[in-house]
This record gives sequence, structure tokens and C-alpha cells, in this order.
Amino acid sequence: MNSLSPHSPAVRTTCPYCGVGCGILAAVDRQGDATISGDPAHPANFGRLCSKGSALGETLSLDQRLLHPMFRRADGSLARTGWDTALAKVANGLRTIVDRDGPNAIAFYLSGQLLTEDYYVANKLIKGFLGSSNVDTNSRLCMASSVAGHRRAFGADVVPGIYRDLDEADLIVLVGSNAAWCHPVLYQRIIAAKKERGTRLVVIDPRHTATAAAADLFLPIASGMDTALFCGLLAYLADTRALNDSYIAEYTSGFADVLARAREIAGDAAAAASAGGLDLGEVARFFELFARTERVVTCYSQGVNQSAQGTDKVNAIINVHLATGRLGRPGMGPFSLTGQPNAMGGREVGGLANQLAAHMGFSPSETDRVRRFWNAPRMAASEGLKAVDMFEAIERGTIKALWVMATNPAVSLPRAGAFRAALKKLELFIVSETTLHNDTVDAGAHVLLPAAAWGEKDGTVTNSERRISRQRAFLPRPGEAQPDWWIVSEVAQRLGFESAFAYRKPADVFREHAALSAFENDGRRAFDLGGLAALADDDYDQLDAVMWPVKAGVEPGEARFFGAGAFFTSDRRGRFIAPGHPGVRAATSDAFPLRLNTGRLRDQWHTMTRSGKSPRLGAHSPEPMVDVHPDDASRTGISDGGFAKVTTPHGGAVFRVCVRSGQQRGSIFAPIHWSYSTAADACVGALAMAENDPLSGQPELKATPARVEPLEFAYRGFALTRDLIALPDGTWFARVAVAGGHGLLFATNELPARWHGLVEKLICGDRERAEYIDLPRGIVRIAALCAGKIDACIFSGPSQNPPRWEVVRALFDLGILAERDRRLLLSGQSTEGVAETGPIVCACYSVGLEAIRRAVAEGGAANVGDIGRALRAGTNCGSCVPELQGIIERTASAVGSRTAS
Amino acid sequence: MLSPPHLAYNRVLLSSVLAGEVRPSDISLKPAAWWSDRGITLCCGVGVAAADIAARTVTLSDGKVLPFAKLVFSTGSRPICLRIAGADLPGVLTFRDVSDVASMSRAVCRSAPVVVIGGGLLGIEAAYGLAKAGASVTLVHLMDRLMERQLDARAALLLMRAVEAKGIRVLLDVATARFVGNSHVEGVVLKDGRVLAADMVVVAVGIKPNAEVAAHAGIAVNRGIVVDDHLVTSTSDVFAIGECAEHRGVCYGLVEPANEQARALAERLAGHDARYLGSVNATNLKVSGVHVFSAGDFLGAPGTESVVLSDQGLGTYRKLVIAGGRVVGAVLCGDTADSFWYLDLIRSGATIDSVREDLIFGRALAERQAA
Repeated sequence: MNSLSPHSPAVRTTCPYCGVGCGILAAVDRQGDATISGDPAHPANFGRLCSKGSALGETLSLDQRLLHPMFRRADGSLARTGWDTALAKVANGLRTIVDRDGPNAIAFYLSGQLLTEDYYVANKLIKGFLGSSNVDTNSRLCMASSVAGHRRAFGADVVPGIYRDLDEADLIVLVGSNAAWCHPVLYQRIIAAKKERGTRLVVIDPRHTATAAAADLFLPIASGMDTALFCGLLAYLADTRALNDSYIAEYTSGFADVLARAREIAGDAAAAASAGGLDLGEVARFFELFARTERVVTCYSQGVNQSAQGTDKVNAIINVHLATGRLGRPGMGPFSLTGQPNAMGGREVGGLANQLAAHMGFSPSETDRVRRFWNAPRMAASEGLKAVDMFEAIERGTIKALWVMATNPAVSLPRAGAFRAALKKLELFIVSETTLHNDTVDAGAHVLLPAAAWGEKDGTVTNSERRISRQRAFLPRPGEAQPDWWIVSEVAQRLGFESAFAYRKPADVFREHAALSAFENDGRRAFDLGGLAALADDDYDQLDAVMWPVKAGVEPGEARFFGAGAFFTSDRRGRFIAPGHPGVRAATSDAFPLRLNTGRLRDQWHTMTRSGKSPRLGAHSPEPMVDVHPDDASRTGISDGGFAKVTTPHGGAVFRVCVRSGQQRGSIFAPIHWSYSTAADACVGALAMAENDPLSGQPELKATPARVEPLEFAYRGFALTRDLIALPDGTWFARVAVAGGHGLLFATNELPARWHGLVEKLICGDRERAEYIDLPRGIVRIAALCAGKIDACIFSGPSQNPPRWEVVRALFDLGILAERDRRLLLSGQSTEGVAETGPIVCACYSVGLEAIRRAVAEGGAANVGDIGRALRAGTNCGSCVPELQGIIERTASAVGSRTAS
Repeated sequence: MLSPPHLAYNRVLLSSVLAGEVRPSDISLKPAAWWSDRGITLCCGVGVAAADIAARTVTLSDGKVLPFAKLVFSTGSRPICLRIAGADLPGVLTFRDVSDVASMSRAVCRSAPVVVIGGGLLGIEAAYGLAKAGASVTLVHLMDRLMERQLDARAALLLMRAVEAKGIRVLLDVATARFVGNSHVEGVVLKDGRVLAADMVVVAVGIKPNAEVAAHAGIAVNRGIVVDDHLVTSTSDVFAIGECAEHRGVCYGLVEPANEQARALAERLAGHDARYLGSVNATNLKVSGVHVFSAGDFLGAPGTESVVLSDQGLGTYRKLVIAGGRVVGAVLCGDTADSFWYLDLIRSGATIDSVREDLIFGRALAERQAA
């Protein structure tokens, strides 16, 4: 037989979430439903996936998808247009502004979500052909401090180690990393190493996170004091003669000065403990453990990077590894865990304002080299504006055109509220997006370009261990969506750069990118893909995950760097870097006595435009919460489960409260995920200060002075709808994906009586309406049903006793309700264990058919009198007696026939 | 006073007999032998002409005189007749007993126009029975909603929709001016001038207690025969129960209070100290497929709180009236499964604060919660 297989063969691709870069097998059935599983052959994950990756299949719907180019009309509404018109609008707009105001009046803001090919083309256009280096990326908010730290110490942005080092280490130190939630697959690798070889785990974090829960030693360090701890460690290593003197002497420079600085900052364990607010015994334990363990990997993430001294923190960590020679060998090294799936690829192509391309900077020789390679007519000659500076320039009006691709800066930037407003000043505001609405689009984008989404595009990404993997399409592109490299190339061609942007497919871009990395390299640049520069189309399509460097003529492997020096500095020596005195940038005050720390949750990603579509992921933490230490909660009068307003000098937001003893006193924590599109007022970016690290330009997102105040809402509730609805102004809400539609959790002070009329407008129309109203108790529950299914419902009740939504949410997805489910729908409770009565037979005593049948079949009732004695049925008006007689006869004969058979 | 010429039967089932759902022979309460076995002498088809309290005798319509030691009036009530022109035309009936049902059944033929006057319990049941038997029925009601004494506006509206769904035309807010016809009723003229064709008219506008014999005997009669909590009339050893009695100013027109009174009196006559303290008025409409129930203060007096549950699609509506943390009234429409439970709560005065949120969803849920 020659029948079609129900599943097409699985496509090997990579996960679009964090920087672990897991391999995925994606298969689509004939209904178009995708099955996602981990790729057992991929060296990043060997088949494992985390909760987010596993739920990718739930994020692929076209609901809220941007499918066509659009532009904003004078009245503010969006109108559909064709690609030709949209691309011409972009090209003409950019040309006009460059001609009039110069290249620095334009900027691109890119994303770690872009594929390397997209990134490369965008970077090439702006830096080589428009003449501006104002191109930065959301990676600036993520790992710019690691880049700067690497470049200072190593002379290049190189992660020295590989994931296998985590399997082979005897001590793993996690600094500012909640890997259990943010890099779950690597974390599981660490846990496996703990089990298999007894690897010790030390977690250094101001918060007692899920990661800390598994640690052998947890050091709850004070915000911003990581440098002091690692300076103390360096001094301790020196004092205990645990240094690798030959490595220091042979391969590094600057040690003596740095040790002196380290002693100034924290000369011993006691000084480090004091500076870090830590227990001396625990610090001493950590130092001792570090000193005597050769195989140490120190992983660090946003807790290190997102700091006004992030680069110094990175170098303080690298210093101890240089001083012990513990890098570039199995089971050891400093290891930056990258946040985004292709932050590394972005770094490689130069998608940052302070890099040119292929790990080259803006020295005259490098600029000239890239100009020659690109045959570029208008080469940017110096660094451009980094993210925060870029948006400040928009605020000042000096940048007049901005093109945002695949990111949501109106949510994620610090001072997001001010920057969101500043976007209105732009003369030309272009957004390449997959979603029709997010805060950035809604901040007034003039042109919307429909980009292909994950699952629809082809290209490469690089993960935290320098491994390049293919992302492959397994879904057709919907509507008029196009890959980003195509969109940028089309604009470039309309600007007159036809030959330089004549790419027909991602492989064309990749080969050029690889060729540039090898161009006049001669081993001076770590990043070298020369071996892939002549990759045939088919080979590109089939490319297995490969770790760079991939030099021409050299078989690629899993290279570690710097085990025997060979740094990329001018003298090939690794540099010890003396950090500045540690501290956080802004001081607390009476008005803002706390510090706001920010970060991710386990099951959400960035601003939730993808992960927010998954009902499974939404169930973990459906509402934005602020974590507060019990003492701070009682001092400020806020309570667990209640609401609090968090205020900083930059804005305010409202969260539900989670009182946690794992939170440090004086420090509160709120997740970064919610935006004005997904919650009423819970955008953490709007609270954060925009104080940057002077070297990396990375803003300090984890230590903004803040205060909390209790906030009361009289009523709480939820709504479930098939289409997105808006709640009235003044209502606090959070949107949550639910199976079959959209969920809203809300809190309000509006009287239920007023809700009543409003609800009618929102959901009812001419559908069948069901309601449960107990106004004196503040209870209003209304459902609109259509053909036996719930079309929409709103439940609200008093805040002390709000309605629960689990049962209703399940019924919402169930389809046509069984009658019993429908009768109890507005109770919000399951029908499980609720006795079935059946149709009422005796109206006087409300006796149902089922009870009578049971009395006959199980209770032995043989006549109407028996039933009357057992159930009272038929003993008052007697009008049901003939019916009772019939039931006795039918039931008895049914029981009899069952017995007989 | 004439008693029916046959055994006691269940009057509640008359509309079912009319609708052809139950045979007339099925509605007898007890067979003749049951009575004789218990030493009870039944005199069917004979009325009581007079009672002589001093002589302790009653005189029957056939002249026979019976002595008594104790006398119980359970003479019931009779339908109120409209005092308007044409009320005595043949074909103008009331709906009270098996003979009425027999007359109706004979008169009803397919699609014959029939007008039922009165949108109370009995009128609706009559209209349903006639419609089921094939007549083309118009129900005419003086008030702006059906069963206004037992239902609130929403329940009455749902009831009307359900009644209309049975093929009955309902006219509200209309008064009847007169009946017209030559030798037999042919139509009903309304006060607004409309004329409804009618081969038959059923008047169901209320009942009047049969208290005349008692009154003539010198027993205190108000609307009905006045009794105290022991169901004793103004004369000792003379009692009254059922629709002829008036207890605490209330004449009940329903079977359940009559049964409760009978039970209390039987206890008392058997020598126990039983009292009847009044019934919570509860109404159940027995029309198949139309479930309506109300009890207590179902409208909600000032100071009470109302909890409402409804579902248009299921055609259900429930309202509970709560005062002082207790259920004091209820009205149910479409789904009366829990009517008795609510009635029990009203009667017992149990506090419901702790289960208030589950209450309106019925007994099964509340008891699962409690379990």
C-alpha cells in the first residue's frame, strides 16, 4: 500500500529560548499540529528539553500573528499594505533621514532572537552601507558585561570552556545564576554530575532560588558585592599559596597590581564576608573548597552581567581562574551562561554598537578590512550608541529613525515608561515582528513588517559553548511573512545596494559571514569559520551542530581556549583586570528604602509574546508577583497573596505579593515578563533605573531603589474568553493563555453592581446567558454560552474569598457541557462526587428519578409505600404515585433481567 | 352541601386526567375496602344539611341524622364564579372535580377554541390539560404576570415562556367583561373590547371555603371556619381542617397544609398534645415539563438579601431570599430539584452563612462540600 504517513519526518532544529541551544525534533501532522521533542543527537541537550521547550508546540498558533505589512494611518489605526509599498516606505524614509540628518540619525535595535544570517545582513546594511554604527541589541541588557570582560581579559569575546566541563568538574560555582529556571537543561547536567561524580555546587545569589535549593553551599550575597567576594578569594588563594605561579608568569600580565587591588577591596575571608553580608564560616568554606579543588567551573549569568559594575564582576571571576590557571582544560574555567538563543551569533556578526563584525572592533585597520571585504560605500568608523544611550538619543530627538527587529524594548528597557513615550518622537519607526500587538508596536510603530517566526525560518544560531546549530523550518510561512534577512536585503536593494545584498537564501549569507571571519585572520582572531566559507547549499542544509573555531583545512572539534595561553591580546597574554570598588550605583533612601531585583520565572520567556501563548506554561505563575521578605512585608503592612504597589524614581507597578523567607531583607524581586499588553500595570522595565556599566553599557537592572506599599482591591476574579477583551480602566489584570482561549485574572474596586452592566457589554450579546449574583456578598458570576459551550465568562467575588478558576477553565476547553456540569458551572466547583438526582419525580419532596431507582434496585423498595417510607416521595400530594409505580416496574424488571443473565 | 358521589380521589391529578396522562380510575386515594376495613362508614353522594352543636347531631341532605361526640369540618372549598353576563351559559365551567373534568373531556375536540380565565396554579394546570387534550387554548389573566402570588417577575416570565411553549396563548393584564353565546358559550368579550372565540370557558379565578354549614351552626367563621393551634373552632369538640379552615388568619388552598392539619388533628384526637403552627406557603406547579416552585418570602421584603442563579439556555432560574443568615424565601423555575431542601431550610430556620456560596447550587453540591 502506498499511503501517506500521518507524520512527516521530524525536522532537526534548535530551541528559540535560552542560550543553552538545545536541539529539537519537530514534526507536523496533517492537521498542522506540531510534536516537539528533544533531539537525542544534539550535544547541548542529548534529547532533554525544559518546560518551555517542551511546550513550544502550544505557541505556534496564528492568533495575534502579524501576517501582512501594515502602516499606521494619520488617525493612529493600522492599515494593511503590500510588501512593495512597505519596503519602499522604509527605504525612502531611511534615505531621506540619512541625507538630511546624517547616518547617526538612524538606529537599528536587534535581538538575540534573530538568526545569525538575519543579524549579519542588518549589521552589514547599517554599518557598511548606511554609515551608522547605531546598531545594538537586546543582548546589551543580557550579556554585554561578559563580552566586555572577555575582551579585557582575553582580547576577544571568547567563552573558553565547553558544556562538557560541567560534566567533568568537581566544583561548580554559580554566581548570579538561577540556572534551575533559566538554563534548566544545563542545570540538570550539573545535578547529574553531582550524582555521578559528587561534584560540589556553590550558589552565590542574593535570593534563595530554586537553584540554591540544591546547593552544597549557598552564599546569600548582598547586591553588587560579588567583586568583593572574588577579590577576597584571590587574596586567600595568594595567602594560601594556591596560585598557579607558572601559569601566571608564563601566560598572563598584571597580576601584582590586581592582587594589590584585591587586598584593598577584601584582603581576606573576613573582609569578604563583611562586605558581602555573609557568614564568615561559609565564606571560609567556599574559599577553602575553591582553593583545594582543581576542576572548578564558575558559571555566571545576569546576576553578574546586569550591573553597573558588571564588567568588573566578570573580570573578578576571570582573575581567580587566571590566577589558578584553571581555564582551557577539562572541568574548569569561567563560563558565561548566555541568556538568549542567539546572543552569541549576534556577537559574532557584530550586532553590537561597539563591535564591527566577526569579532572585529573599530580600529582603522579593522574598519578598513571590513570595508574592503564588503566593498562598502559608507563605512561607520567608530562605535555607535549602546542600547540605553540609543534610546536616550531618541528621547533627545537626535535619532529620528529606528528599526526594531524581533524584540520589545518598550517593555524590556530600563526606564521603559519614559522610553516608550520617547518612541512617539520618531520620524520613522519600523518594527519587524511576528505579533500584531505588543507594547513596542503599540508605542506607535509607523511600519510593521511581518517576520517569519521560529519554525518557519532557516539559518543558524550559536549557543553558550560556541556551538553553531541550524534552525530549520518545519512550518509553512503564513500570510506574507518573510525572513528577516530577506526583509533587510530588500530594503538594501531599494536603497541602491543591489549587488551587496543579492542573497537568495540563508546559505548565501552564512558563507559570506564565514568568509569574513576568516578574511585576513591568520589566527589573530578567535572567531574563525573559514572551514565553512565554501559550504555547499546541501551541506549547509545538513550541517550538524559544530563548535567554532572551524578553521579552513582543520577538522572541527571541541576546542577549549587558553589552557596554554594564546590569548588574543596584542602580547598574547591574558590580562588580570583590577576591578573598581564594588557597590551598587544608586543609594537607597527614606523614600526608596528597598532594592528591586528583577529576573525570569521558570516557565516564561522575555515579554511572553511566545511563551505567553502556552496554557501549560501559563499555569506555573499566572500572575506577576513581587517577592518580599517577611520582615519587610510586616513593616510595610503588605500580606502574602495581597497586592502591593512598587514605586521607584522611574515609575510604579502593581503586583500580587509573595512573602518569601528566601528573599533577602531589604530586597524585593519582580519578574521581567509582564508588559502593558499582558498586565494592567506590572511592567518591571518601567521601574528599573538606566544606570549603565561604563564599559559594557549594560544597565543595572537588579538594584533599583524602591518602596512597596499595600494596595487593597475589594474584589478579585477571572474572565475566560474566546477573543481578547479589555477590562475597564482602573482594573488590575494579568492575561494568561488558557486552552481554548484567553484568561484574565483581575482585581478591582469597582462595585459588582457596576460590573454587572459592563459585563453585559463585554461578553453577552445575544448568546445564552447564565448568572449567579449575590450582591451583598460581592459575588457576580456571568457566563455567555453558545450551542452548549462556554463562549465567555466572568467570575468575581470578594478579595478575601475570590472565585477559583481551575474547574471552570477545564470546562471552558471541554466543548459542549454535560447538563450537570452546566448546572454547577457558576459554582466554580467540579461535579465529581456530587450525587446525581436525575429528573424530579416527586415535586413535593424533590425526589429524583435516580434516587428512586436506587431505592428499588439497591434499597429493596418493592412498592409505592416502601418508596414513601424511604424517600418520602409520593406521600404528600401523591401526584407522582402513578409515575412511581411505573419506575418500580421498569427498574425491577431491569434488575431481574440482569440477575437472570 | 353535597359531597361527591364517589370515593375520595387525588384532585391534584385532575389536570393529568384531563391531559390524558392518567386514567380517571388511577386517582382514587384508597379503595372502598380500605375504609370499611378500618371501620369507617363512607356516605358518598350525600351532603350535610345542618349541624346542631347543642344536640351534637348533624343532619344529612337525605334527612338522616347522625350523632357525634367530636365533629370535624373538612368541607373544603369551591371555585369562585364570575358574576358577569353569560356566566350561566352552558360551556362555562369551573375546574374543580372529576365531573368538571368529565364535562371538559366531552367538550374538547381537536382545535376547539377554549378560553381559560385565571393565570394561577389551577388555571395554568387546566390550560395545560386542555391543550394536551388537543384544544386551542387561550389563557386570560387579570394581572401583569402569571401566578403573581407565588412568583416574582423573572420566574413568572420564564413560566409564561414555558406555558407558551406548550402551545397555550397567554394574555396578561386583561379583564373579562362578559361571555356571549345563544344556547351555549361562543365567545369571551374582554374589557378592552377584544372578543375571543370560545367553545368552552374554564373559570379558575380562586376558591371560597365551604363554611356555610358551620356558620349556620353558630361557629365563628371569618373567611373560613376559624380554628386555633389545636384546630379547634369556636366550639369545643368541633374542629376544622383543610381549605374550609382559617388558621391564624390564613385559608390555605394547597394540599400540604391540609395534610399537616389532618396529621396534627389526628394526633390530638388520639390523645396527644399536637399543635398546628401554620405552614410555610409552598407552591409546586404540577405541569409536566414546567417546574415551578416558590415558598416563603420569595419577593424579598426590605432588609432581606437576594441570591440569584439563572441560565437562559437551560430555562432555569433560582432566587433565594436571605434574612439574618437564614433562608426565608425561595423561588425556583425550570429546575425544582432542590425545592424541598430549600423549603426545609426555610422551615427549620437553619443558619446558612457558612454554606451560602454553595446553597443556590443545590443540596447535592452543598452536601458534597460538607462531606
